Amino acid sequence: MSSLDPEKSTDAAAAPAAAAGSPTEPAPIKAVPLRRPGRWVAAIIIVILVVLFLYGAATNGAYQWKTYWDYLFDVRIFHGMLVTLELTVLAMVIGVVLGVTLAVMRLSPNPVLRSASWGYLWIFRGTPVYVQLLFWALFPSIYKVIELGIPFGGPHFTHWNIQQLQAAFLFATIGLGLNESAYMAEIVRAGINSVGEGQREASTALGMSWGQTMWRTVLPQSMRVIIPPTGNELISMLKTTSLVTAIPLTTDLYGVAQTISAVNFRPIPLLLVAATWYLVITSVLMIGQYYLERHYSRGVNRQLTARQLRALAETTAVTEAGK
Amino acid sequence: MIRAQQVCKSFGTQQVLKGISLEVSRGEVMCLIGPSGSGKSTFLRCINHLERVNAGRLYIDGDLIGYREKGDKLYEMSPRDAARQRRDIGMVFQHFNLFPHRTALENIIEAPTQVKKVRKADAITRAKELLDRVGLADKADAYPAQLSGGQQQRVAIARALAMDPKLMLFDEPTSALDPELVGDVLAVMRELAASGMTMVVVTHEMGFAREVADQLVFMDAGVVVEAGNPREVLANPQQERTQVFLSRIL
Repeated sequence: MSSLDPEKSTDAAAAPAAAAGSPTEPAPIKAVPLRRPGRWVAAIIIVILVVLFLYGAATNGAYQWKTYWDYLFDVRIFHGMLVTLELTVLAMVIGVVLGVTLAVMRLSPNPVLRSASWGYLWIFRGTPVYVQLLFWALFPSIYKVIELGIPFGGPHFTHWNIQQLQAAFLFATIGLGLNESAYMAEIVRAGINSVGEGQREASTALGMSWGQTMWRTVLPQSMRVIIPPTGNELISMLKTTSLVTAIPLTTDLYGVAQTISAVNFRPIPLLLVAATWYLVITSVLMIGQYYLERHYSRGVNRQLTARQLRALAETTAVTEAGK
Repeated sequence: MIRAQQVCKSFGTQQVLKGISLEVSRGEVMCLIGPSGSGKSTFLRCINHLERVNAGRLYIDGDLIGYREKGDKLYEMSPRDAARQRRDIGMVFQHFNLFPHRTALENIIEAPTQVKKVRKADAITRAKELLDRVGLADKADAYPAQLSGGQQQRVAIARALAMDPKLMLFDEPTSALDPELVGDVLAVMRELAASGMTMVVVTHEMGFAREVADQLVFMDAGVVVEAGNPREVLANPQQERTQVFLSRIL
């Protein structure tokens, strides 16, 4: 009779094992590992392809590696990087602050605020960034002068002539920031919605105002959901800044690389220089994101935080010393 | 202290409360029992205006909840005034609703420091006293995820008590707990009742109701079916619906 009854067969297996091995535990299993030839074949193919590509790149004259090394640490490239970083940070700050505002407006009980926010998101997510930047470049020719005052013929307080401003950097930042805020608004809204209703109720029941509930209870918890996509957006923004060539603004990393290659007629190594530095900065940002995510995961699982481990170590040290 | 007059509440087309009238005196413990869907939790949430009353009046110490009465007309209360009314009412939820990103101590000092603008040092002292009172003095720096369900609920009770409320509302406080942990929470609630706090408790714990409650109210389908002394109601239910319900539970 075959062992159809699972309980019977395991009992039969356990009994002799318990008798044969130690009295408390059965002997550990030593099975022959499964052979996986597919993995080996795939690995070998990939390694061969990578080696072929690297060898080809190293020996291909078109890459002009000497030029690459010449310009990799050029001071103009560093200035370009600074401009790129400035654009990234400023655009992200505008994007996040405006994005949070738009997200809160989207969740407001006021229908006018809700619709206004929706309309903004529709327009700014529905048109390409490049086109928006071109529009901002043409802004001075549409609105030549900005006056602050009472509309329809009243007196005015201040007067700016936009056409005379040399504001390429300003318009680049505004264009990137406003576009980013539309995407950030949806990320923040998802984060806020991810915090359970019970949290809002508990804060309200304690007598906290809507603003306090949002700021102290809901938004801190929503950060855990908001940070990973926001880190993604920051990393993406770093590269999107290269589109400011539309304004035209040519002092960023890509612009500088283009300017140099227009003079020495060697576009390939210069583009590789720009790509290398974009990659380096992105890697640094990824490390920063890791630490930020860790900070906002406080209280999510049962693991003791670093502070609690230290306190535990201190109390055990004290009790040890006391003995 | 609590006076409910014909309180009605609907969610869309569904009427959940169909005219609830009852009274709770200061220092009294009232237990609300009934089948699910009877409206007991909804009524509890109307007391601190987490749900808006559609008809009828709800008074706490003479103050109308959620609305302002001027002569004949009722005016909607501003969120700020509603929040001020809620300061004196503590609420404990079935699923604890502790702030997971704050430690137990930080959970308790949150409301006093933010709402009442109490100095942080004073709030911490008081919080430690409350943690001691609920038996969790050593868990001040633990995060809610590191505590068991019973411990979390006791922290939640301490958090509500930190605001020095004159009334405590409990919405099925032990329903989400393992049976072994229920006793710890009930002990804290018993001690609270003995200290003279006015409490309204929605619960299925008949033992607690029998021993601690001064008034037992049985609700079904949005109306009060029977109310009275818990020992009498549990031993001799007068209404048939009460008898059916109790026969299933006891």
